Amino acid sequence: MNEDLRRERDSASFNPELLTHILDGGAERTQRRKEIEALVLNDPDFQHEDLNFLSRSQRYEEAIRKSALMVVKLRKYGIADPDEIYWFKRCVHHGRAEPLDLHLGMFLPTLLTQATLEQQDRFFMPAWNLEIIGSYAQTEMGHGTHLRGLETTATYDPATQEFILNSPTVTSIKWWPGGLGKTSNHAIVLAQLYTQGQCKGLHAFIVPIRQLGTHEPLPGITVGDIGPKFGYDEMDNGYLKMDNFRIPRENMLMKYAKIEPDGTYVKPVSDKLTYGTMVFIRSIIVGDSARSLSKACTIAIRYSSVRHQSELKPGDPEPQILDYQTQQYKLFPLLATAYAFHFVGAYMKMTYYRITGDINEGDLSELPELHALTAGLKAFTSWIANAGIEECRMACGGHGYSRCSGLPDIYVTFTPCCTYEGENTVMMLQTARFLIKSYTQVCSGQLVSGMVSYLNDLSGQHIQPQQVAARPTAVHINDPASLVEAYKLRASRFVEVAAKNLQAELNRRKSREDAWNRTSVDLVRASEAHCHYVVVKLFTTQLSEINDAAVHAVMNNLCLLYALYGISKHTGDFLQAGILTDAQVTQVYQRVKELLAAIRPNAVALVDAFDFHDNCLASVLGRYDGNIYENMFEWAKKSPLNKTEVHEAFHKHLKPKQAKL
Amino acid sequence: MAQWNRSGYFRSSGSRDVNPDLETERQTASFSVERLTAILDGGADNTRTRRAVEAVIHSEPGFSRENQYFQSQNERYEAAVRRSVYLKEKMHQMGWTEDGPEIKYCYRALGGDLAFNVHRVFKNSILALGTDEQIAKWIPLADKYHIIGTYAQTELGHGTFLRGLETTAIFDISTQEFTLNTPKISAMKWWPGDLGRSATHAVVFAQLYIKGKCYGLHAFILQIRSLRDHSPAPGVIVGDIGPKMNFEHIDNGYLMLQNINIPRENMLSRFSQVLPDGTYVKRGSDKINYLTMIMTRIHILWIEVIPTLLKACTIATRYSVVRRQSKLNPGDPEAKILDYQTQQQKLLPLLATAYAFHFMNAYVNEFYNKGYTEIRQENFDSLPELHALTAGIKAIITEYCTAGAEVCLRACGGHGYSALSGLPFLYTKLAASCTYEGENTVLFLQTARFLVKCLAAVHSGQPIPPSATYLSSVDSGKCQARTSVDFLKPDIYAEAYRHRATRLLGNAATKLQGLVQSGAEQHEAWNQCTVQLVQAAKAHCHYIVVKNFIDTVEKLRNEAEIQKIVKHLCDLFALHGIFSNTGDFLYAGYISGDQIDMVTASYLDLLAVIRNDAVPLVDAFDFTDESLNSALGSYDGHVYQRLYEWAQKSPTNKQVSQAYARYLKPLFQSALSKL
Repeated sequence: MNEDLRRERDSASFNPELLTHILDGGAERTQRRKEIEALVLNDPDFQHEDLNFLSRSQRYEEAIRKSALMVVKLRKYGIADPDEIYWFKRCVHHGRAEPLDLHLGMFLPTLLTQATLEQQDRFFMPAWNLEIIGSYAQTEMGHGTHLRGLETTATYDPATQEFILNSPTVTSIKWWPGGLGKTSNHAIVLAQLYTQGQCKGLHAFIVPIRQLGTHEPLPGITVGDIGPKFGYDEMDNGYLKMDNFRIPRENMLMKYAKIEPDGTYVKPVSDKLTYGTMVFIRSIIVGDSARSLSKACTIAIRYSSVRHQSELKPGDPEPQILDYQTQQYKLFPLLATAYAFHFVGAYMKMTYYRITGDINEGDLSELPELHALTAGLKAFTSWIANAGIEECRMACGGHGYSRCSGLPDIYVTFTPCCTYEGENTVMMLQTARFLIKSYTQVCSGQLVSGMVSYLNDLSGQHIQPQQVAARPTAVHINDPASLVEAYKLRASRFVEVAAKNLQAELNRRKSREDAWNRTSVDLVRASEAHCHYVVVKLFTTQLSEINDAAVHAVMNNLCLLYALYGISKHTGDFLQAGILTDAQVTQVYQRVKELLAAIRPNAVALVDAFDFHDNCLASVLGRYDGNIYENMFEWAKKSPLNKTEVHEAFHKHLKPKQAKL
Repeated sequence: MAQWNRSGYFRSSGSRDVNPDLETERQTASFSVERLTAILDGGADNTRTRRAVEAVIHSEPGFSRENQYFQSQNERYEAAVRRSVYLKEKMHQMGWTEDGPEIKYCYRALGGDLAFNVHRVFKNSILALGTDEQIAKWIPLADKYHIIGTYAQTELGHGTFLRGLETTAIFDISTQEFTLNTPKISAMKWWPGDLGRSATHAVVFAQLYIKGKCYGLHAFILQIRSLRDHSPAPGVIVGDIGPKMNFEHIDNGYLMLQNINIPRENMLSRFSQVLPDGTYVKRGSDKINYLTMIMTRIHILWIEVIPTLLKACTIATRYSVVRRQSKLNPGDPEAKILDYQTQQQKLLPLLATAYAFHFMNAYVNEFYNKGYTEIRQENFDSLPELHALTAGIKAIITEYCTAGAEVCLRACGGHGYSALSGLPFLYTKLAASCTYEGENTVLFLQTARFLVKCLAAVHSGQPIPPSATYLSSVDSGKCQARTSVDFLKPDIYAEAYRHRATRLLGNAATKLQGLVQSGAEQHEAWNQCTVQLVQAAKAHCHYIVVKNFIDTVEKLRNEAEIQKIVKHLCDLFALHGIFSNTGDFLYAGYISGDQIDMVTASYLDLLAVIRNDAVPLVDAFDFTDESLNSALGSYDGHVYQRLYEWAQKSPTNKQVSQAYARYLKPLFQSALSKL
């Protein structure tokens, strides 16, 4: 092991394994995760060449191979628990998307939740056995977020008892669904249902798209890959265009809404259930934000311990770049953020399980709030992780830009979650809608509960700057609980400002939509402040559950850093609202720098606790043993440009020039 | 929405069958786009020349970048070499010279997708550091591409800190040769462009040793590949460093030297020379070499960095008036996404930033030309300022442009993530700029070091370099604005930025001094203040950009319509900066809470005003469709048709993949009998 890294590890003040157990949710779970990972890591069937050197087609093919194998092996090992499947898959695909994602994650679950028993008989087992591979085709070229705008039509023809599917415009072509381009032979297609001359809105249909046996597109179906992307090289995101394509009536998913043979439409009962799925997916994205940022921090912090540069003191050997305050300032707040988001993800998942328990018992009362508030958390965490990964890359200087660092790959794999599953700004505005609704409720004298209960304190004029001017002594910058209060005040103020500005726009006799649009910058700000408060609160809550004193001490510092760094980046909010004084702001800046120095000795141990196996990290700079330079050279030698000693471009283009010498 | 039967789309981009959603935007422009283009080009003559060059380049299929997004690293590299060699011939044929105005327009038309950029640095370094004989020997060969050169400075283990470089060049009196070596793996040259596959020669930086004594870094010229068959010279291990985030067309390389002997004449010797008996002679100052570095920095800003942000803004803005989503008013058709305040808030401040940076060109060039003239006359007085200024300006521009391009990418939703949008390509290009040609944090600290000295000069009454004179002016202590309209007065916001820069620098300097006085060693005190110093340097650069924007608006006094819109952009740039950093201005009550609310109100009003001219403002950049190379950003706005057409050309839709036959077919077979 590299000497610098060894020294870093030896001098840690706590045992990183204990922290790993906390992150995993218990020592047994850590052990089980490692067992599952070992099944993949020790299996020669899952070995392959470094993906960085393969073309897109090769990467797709490699992914298909592994996915098909994975399904077989999971069944062979009898792994059925969702977390365990997730661990296994993550290890097989290094956290990347793969062509069967939508089949496993959307097609099968949708069959289970929305198909009738008869439909399940027909489709589920073949799909389970991968005889049918399905995609989930919702997004169109011209519409993503605004579902009502989707243009694909399914017109019922009672004469033949069939639906006629059409893509009436260029913009209506299904575009982006994963696994659609090359892999799938079926798709669940979302289309506007027309029957008896009326549009009944969006419904889901099972559509065969490719011929079994030849895999050729069926007549009336145009299907293909949408071409190269920023990342997702393994995934065949696809397009699908349908021209008078007919499917039998029984192919509409009819567990809820129905079409009778004569074309009569029967309405569904409730659609709240879909909220549950969305909350679950968002909890995964928040977890993914934490995970991707943790990976990036692991790479950047290990590299910063191994890399030496310049001199701090004339005459001394070059210091580790992690000893520079500016480097600490880039990386440690991100490290704290990664931990914070991890706890948010865990909280969301737990809440989801608690509430879906309620669903089965019929109590859905908490769902709307959870649905509204998790939208903002998805946006908040993914935006920050997205920027954070890039900061980690840039903190590695030039070498971060090489794909051997693994950082470009982490970034391009992560960044689409800012726009998929609900574009982030739209998500923020959904949360804002709930916040405004709650505020209005409080104003009319009703109390609100849950994460927005702080709005109850807003009975009228509580947080006018003048009145809180006396408050500042109440904020203790070394007490996480006190900082939670500060964030709470900031959130209250922004919700109130947004609500009042919205009202002011409405008073100018604007339509609701227009007024809402003209207030949306304020509304997004209110949502962000709310989410920031939630994150600080959940991190602080987590502290009380840590029993080991050494771990508690270091996590307490991280939590303080997270909260204080956030204040230092938004001092204006706290100053303007009179939550903090100038003097306190100066103290906050100073305390942030002290915390950087306090965290410095434990930085490597803190990323070791994330416990990424080198194979999953896939980074030369982030290797556990820190032997980076030798391995960069080994890696480069495998580059496609080095396949021949003299590149053919020389013979074609340069040699003619040089012949004269 | 575009109908299937819409005819005419598949015409070339030269036709002007424009999407009506874009057409209406253009009809309501408040100013002449053509006139603004001419101003941006530095005169209508330049616009004419540029368009003529672009027409030549785009009419030649040999320069086409049509399939760029589908190419592998190998193909990208080969295409870049082909275009470069072809361009050389074309320039000769057209009578365009290396130092003529056309070359930068060629570069612009080709989106920089050329090889041999470092070959140019190779030549510049010989011109700066070589003797007349050395120049006479090497430059003609390089000019004709008879040799291809690279500039090998950065090593695997060292980039920023030049003194730490480990390659050695030992002089042997008996043979009159230097022996070059890579003593350990971290000393391998790593990253130089054109090195991996193309270069035949290299300027290599190494620690010079004579009779056991180290004389520091010097430049040596050596041959690394055979001119006959291009194979590596004996003792040379050379290759490509592997795939990167972008720049796949460039063969960044590694170079390991094992006892390579080169004649004494191959040390570049304008400023220092080794005599046959091993005597080391130093002549004059090699500070002029800093000028090469400064020039390279300035060059990349205007050739590579700023135009890339302009392109990203063009793509995102045009797409945002073609894309429709949800309804703003019930009963209306779906709204253009640019009509949403949140979308305006993402894109319009960036558009203002693009203009702000473009206008920095004149300012920086003026500084550079003045400094250059003095330095040629061996007067180095202005060098520290020139160095500090370009360091900070490079850092702030690359930082903002990189972040900005990423915002553009995400503002285009899912389609921005498609390579065909062109945005991933633009972003990843910019992403490299924050670390190459000086890592940004290091550069900000260099600017800060200069500013701390200037502040000391203010206190001791010594003269202050022009870019920092503001540090000595008197501060009013409170912002004078009374209404939100007051914040549209340049004096008011310039003063606010000046105040912020002065205060942050003052705080950092006081802290630094305090630490030293309380016994901390200078270097330790410096390290403890670096976070603050970086903030101070950023605030300084921000002020300079705002101030220059204001001056630019002033100079447009004979162009009433254009002055009006550019003034709006200037206001937006300045107010967005305050809105995004309220704490800096609220601190110590310079701006009050009520005044911040006024800033916010003015800022949001400006978004709505500039919204109306957003498309004409990006049209004025006048990028050809070929140079944008984006399915979302073309002039005609036929976004969806183009996206569909381009996707069908993807190799994944043409090549037969084994994936089906090998892995999927066995799975699907058994379904046949059941369905």
